[in-house]
Amino acid sequence: MSTAAINLPPMGGGLTRTRVARILLIIGLVLIISKTMLPGGLIRPPEWLVWPFADWINAAFRFMRDDLGLIHVTRAFADGVEWLLDVTANLLYGKSRWPNIGPIPWTVIAASAAVIGYALNGWRLALLSGGTFCWIAIMGQWTWSMETLSVIVVAAPFSILMGLLTGIAAWRSALFEKLLNPILNVAQSMPHFAYMIPVVVFIGVGPKAGAVVTIIFSVPPMIRMTLLGLKKVSDEVIESGKMCGATRLQLLWSVRIPTARTDILVGVNQVIMQCLAMVVLASFIGMPGLGQKLLQLLQALKIGRSVEIGITIVLLAVMLDRCSKAWAMRQPQHFAKGTPWFVRHRLALIWAALTLALLGLAQVFPLLDQISRRQALSAAAPLDAMVDWFIVIVDPVTTWLRWFLIVWVLIPLRDAFLFAPFSAVLVLIAAAAWAIGGLRSAAICVAFFAFIAMSGWWDRAMITVYTVTVSVAIATAIGFPLGIWGSRKESRAQRVLLACDTLQTFPSFIYLIPVVMLFGVNDVAVVGAVVLFAAVPLIRYTIEGLRGVPHEMVEAAEMSGATYGQTMRKVRLPLALPTIMVGVNQSVMFSLFMVIIAAFIGTQDLGQEMQRALSSSDVGKGLVLGTAVAFMGLLVDHLVQTWGAKRRALLGL
Amino acid sequence: MMAPEPVISCKSVWKLFGPNADHYFSTLRGAPSFQSIREAGYIAAVRDVTLDIPRGEMLVIMGLSGSGKSTLVRCLSRLIDITGGEVHVDGQDIGALKEKELIELRRSKMGMVFQSFGLLPHRTVLENVAFPLEMRGQDRHTRRARALEVIELVGLAGREDYFPRELSGGQQQRVGIARSLAIEPDIWFLDEPFSALDPLIRREMQDEFLRLQGLLGKTIVFITHDFDEALRLADRIAIMKDGAVEQCDRPDRIVMNPATEYVAKFTHEIDKARVVRASALMQPVNGTALTGEAIGSHQTIHDLARLVINDPREAFPVAGKDGALLGVLRRQEAIDVLLGDHA
Repeated sequence: MSTAAINLPPMGGGLTRTRVARILLIIGLVLIISKTMLPGGLIRPPEWLVWPFADWINAAFRFMRDDLGLIHVTRAFADGVEWLLDVTANLLYGKSRWPNIGPIPWTVIAASAAVIGYALNGWRLALLSGGTFCWIAIMGQWTWSMETLSVIVVAAPFSILMGLLTGIAAWRSALFEKLLNPILNVAQSMPHFAYMIPVVVFIGVGPKAGAVVTIIFSVPPMIRMTLLGLKKVSDEVIESGKMCGATRLQLLWSVRIPTARTDILVGVNQVIMQCLAMVVLASFIGMPGLGQKLLQLLQALKIGRSVEIGITIVLLAVMLDRCSKAWAMRQPQHFAKGTPWFVRHRLALIWAALTLALLGLAQVFPLLDQISRRQALSAAAPLDAMVDWFIVIVDPVTTWLRWFLIVWVLIPLRDAFLFAPFSAVLVLIAAAAWAIGGLRSAAICVAFFAFIAMSGWWDRAMITVYTVTVSVAIATAIGFPLGIWGSRKESRAQRVLLACDTLQTFPSFIYLIPVVMLFGVNDVAVVGAVVLFAAVPLIRYTIEGLRGVPHEMVEAAEMSGATYGQTMRKVRLPLALPTIMVGVNQSVMFSLFMVIIAAFIGTQDLGQEMQRALSSSDVGKGLVLGTAVAFMGLLVDHLVQTWGAKRRALLGL
Repeated sequence: MMAPEPVISCKSVWKLFGPNADHYFSTLRGAPSFQSIREAGYIAAVRDVTLDIPRGEMLVIMGLSGSGKSTLVRCLSRLIDITGGEVHVDGQDIGALKEKELIELRRSKMGMVFQSFGLLPHRTVLENVAFPLEMRGQDRHTRRARALEVIELVGLAGREDYFPRELSGGQQQRVGIARSLAIEPDIWFLDEPFSALDPLIRREMQDEFLRLQGLLGKTIVFITHDFDEALRLADRIAIMKDGAVEQCDRPDRIVMNPATEYVAKFTHEIDKARVVRASALMQPVNGTALTGEAIGSHQTIHDLARLVINDPREAFPVAGKDGALLGVLRRQEAIDVLLGDHA
């Protein structure tokens, strides 16, 4: 559709490349059509092709755990983490552990949050952070929320430190960076559950396991951002540092890292958001807190209460995101000469005064100290009533939609995906990859999928592929027009982008609440959740792509007498397409994550197997499944990146 | 007029960029051209440069972008390791210095100003200026006192607590200048310090720079792509092309006697009268009968234009600052410079 607008010059060797792709395509189609005549070995991976990766991994893990005694190291580390967790738990919600001075009154914590918010970005952020804690306390969710927060408070600094050090090491050694890169790629496309299983094996279940898995899961973005930041420091700044006579160490600590501050703090922001996403999911391995509560309530279909918890999680997410972003973007500002010290330290003084006052007041009025479950408010009853009323109204629509989707879309498509012989799928993937990136791409992509075939989970994998395909297709059908609509006016674009930003901070778990509410627990709910989750990046990148089209080109089109529609179709969309494809890429990644998470509301794909692996602590199986999911993501990523890079080069962007 | 021992001395300095450039360089014989090196897949950023910079001189290195001038100045300060040749600073071969000695050299003798200022964004003006002193390990109090002194010198007093982004471009470069002067360097490198500023500010900063130089009298290597700037500031100008120095000489000599076609093209558009001083145009007295008031040898022909046209004398006596007779300036030659060649 887009190539029509721009006459592309034939690429070098383009004819042969398309010809190869076409031949492969025909072979693939023939394989599908002639399925009944094919030998069994071409329909499903034959036994000799299925390698026992899981057993090998298990053997390796057993060796590391028992023979190398790694378990003592991990247990010791986990015990250290647990001690820290206990300290924060005591301070935040009064768990009876050393130092036994907690809990801090909720009003003090809320006031501190408000002061921090104000210091970072003024009144609105103060209101948001203070308000979040007030909501938590008043709704009687203090203990759960603090259980969740205490893990973040402990895990995030660990991740940040580890990420920073690894990032610096990768920046110093090109070899290490080269080794690290593919590991990070796979790590960042592994679903959350794949991280949990090894942790369960080495550490067990419970809060400390939750904290450790959170630490591990949130390190990669910090490494990436540290590396990026350090590389971005301009040569002149470094040269000026050298000419000032800085030694290597001085250069790193006084010049490079402070100058890369913004990127590093963006990394911190990502760490915190990843921590929150993981800590909510860690409920699956016995992490108490908001996630566990939400999981229980959702499984019991208590919608009102889940919505309450959902709001808390969302508020926490938005607050943490805004605060850490404000910190990253904050620019230093000087005080006028002769400003007295109490003006310079105004906020610290206000904070100290507030804290003292509230500590005193909490002694007099117990409600300012702690709000017990019984004293708390709950909106669950009216919420449930409202939801029930709403569901009764929309029920005919949702029932019909559910029926239509299942009978006419989902089941036929699933059957089609399962019908295709695995050889045909591999050949078709090779065809697509060859058309986009030639032999190299084809080899990489087939290797990714060959692993899936060899893992022995072909059918399950195809169900995952089918769910993701359907979901991304629906998400595109919704998100793409919404993005075009959103980009029409600048003010609207900004509002929609802000909404997308906010939605993206929500932990994925949250998206399950509305779909379970509407569709109950079934395939349609899974697809619904994935669609919701995957549409956000699509909308966002569509808008950003359309906004990024150079003004002169749009103006040139308008001066040539093009209508709005013509400008959109012939100029703006083709130019925005590479950016939009980045959105599609992200959307696929998000779908994969979501499909796996949604497994617990009932799917028959890799996610369900992953849950089984989790409950039986089967590391090998878990990692094989996780890698399979990661490879699906990396395949799409590779194709989109290759295509996008070529396209951009062609368009001279 | 040259000091016996140059402060900086380069002997056939080479800098090649490319894969395994050292090895490739060792295979080179004779004087390969820029083009032939390029065909081999290497970029000759600095090509066989030999220069001596005496104490107290302001040498301006001038060339278009990509001519290698920035690379050359980085070779002089060893921000870049050279591929061939030698650079001596105060008689020391800086290529042979260990990292510690090099840092010591920079901490005691060199200052550098950068085109995009190279300020540290998270530090105030005061902290930026004190940064080299901090690196030296001086205590907070001395640091502060010295930094305030230099800030005052560059005219930024009262802005010590500002952050770089709160300052205009000209002010930021003043901070860069102050920082480079904080350690009282003997050698001052300036890499296109005013190129990022708009023309009015640039002019103001050049004046400021001349004032500072008058005050401090340092040995200066100044880089620019602006010929007018070079003429304004330089004791000597080195014109670079494709990594090699085409000509290195006093501004008026470059204008009057360009050594190569390339230099001639540069000087073509220049108003020679503003560059050429009486001292450059004068001839020996050789018994010419001279009358009337003498003109100053440092005055440019442009300064003398009114006199040359209105005064009926055919020849003017030229005197130095001390009033001693140095030579004679012929009226016709001065008019030729003013109006351009008779051709």
